[in-house]
Amino acid sequence: MHVPDGFLDAPTSVATGVVAAAGIAVALRKARGELDDRTAPMAGLVAAFVFAGQMINFPVGAGTSGHLIGGALAAVLVGPWTGMLCLSVVLLVQALFMADGGITALGTNITLMGVVGCFVGYAVFRLALLVLPRRLGSVAPAAAVGALVSVPAAATVFTLLFVVGGNAPIDTGAVLAAMVSWHVVIGVGEAVVTGLVVGSVVAVRPDLVHGAQRLVSARTLQVRPSAVATPARTEEVS
Amino acid sequence: MSGRRLAAVVLLVTLVLAGGLSFYASSHPDGLEYVAETTGFLDSAEDSATADSPLADYQTRGVDDERVSGGLAGLIGVTAVLGLSGGLFWAIRRRGDRAEDPDRPERRSTSVDAGR
Repeated sequence: MHVPDGFLDAPTSVATGVVAAAGIAVALRKARGELDDRTAPMAGLVAAFVFAGQMINFPVGAGTSGHLIGGALAAVLVGPWTGMLCLSVVLLVQALFMADGGITALGTNITLMGVVGCFVGYAVFRLALLVLPRRLGSVAPAAAVGALVSVPAAATVFTLLFVVGGNAPIDTGAVLAAMVSWHVVIGVGEAVVTGLVVGSVVAVRPDLVHGAQRLVSARTLQVRPSAVATPARTEEVS
Repeated sequence: MSGRRLAAVVLLVTLVLAGGLSFYASSHPDGLEYVAETTGFLDSAEDSATADSPLADYQTRGVDDERVSGGLAGLIGVTAVLGLSGGLFWAIRRRGDRAEDPDRPERRSTSVDAGR
């Protein structure tokens, strides 16, 4: 999904650069509400994990591969604003040092994977939680659904950008159909990885999973109203 | 599981992925590149301005063994991401508002604090 330089023209790249910069500016303030002494180190680790996960391309058939984007994963684990910052740091390091994703396309990549990946992933995650039973076991499947949707969503937004500012005159329908169909398949891989990772962390430390905080506090209130050995921080759920 | 132990496990998995398992990743083009190729706009891609970086394409320049070269690039990348994001998140986190935390750092004024 890393867009190289040249796919999109300069005005489109500038526009997505503005979107990315504005998003980061807002996220730097909003992420404060998601980060404290406990969760800040975890968020750094999540960014590092996303970087590593993005290195693992898995085959999806017909000579194509896909890899984790990690937007939904990061958003559920550490919150959507912090997650967006995680993806931004990952994409910055990749563009600057690994030549993975263009420099002029950095804004585009942050918009696609950071903004769309995290926020579509997180919105679908929350919607899925509304439908699923209200218990901790629902967090991982809901995260997987968010991940599944986030990948074709980012692919669709890329196609829209390509329609507006693509440097090659290609039929829109063909690009859209190919982008969405392949990225639905890649999204299945994204969903599996996201579900497994979120499920693993929820199993051992649900209190450290941003997307599980409401359920953790509900459980604490219902089952162990006087449990004070590990005070759960529940008042700042955003 | 303590937070420290969980962090150690996540870090270990991350290092194994980036430093070791990345060697076995599929080398096929990813979804976007494949679509660009089949629908005919791959040629509009330009080389990145950082294509000459010593870590370009997740290979460490000067290291011939492909497994070591890729693993090293992955580990350096993980370190860079961990340092940058860890520093950023530690700098912008809320502090001093946990009454139950005896180890809480004293409140300090930062630019982020001032901007609130």
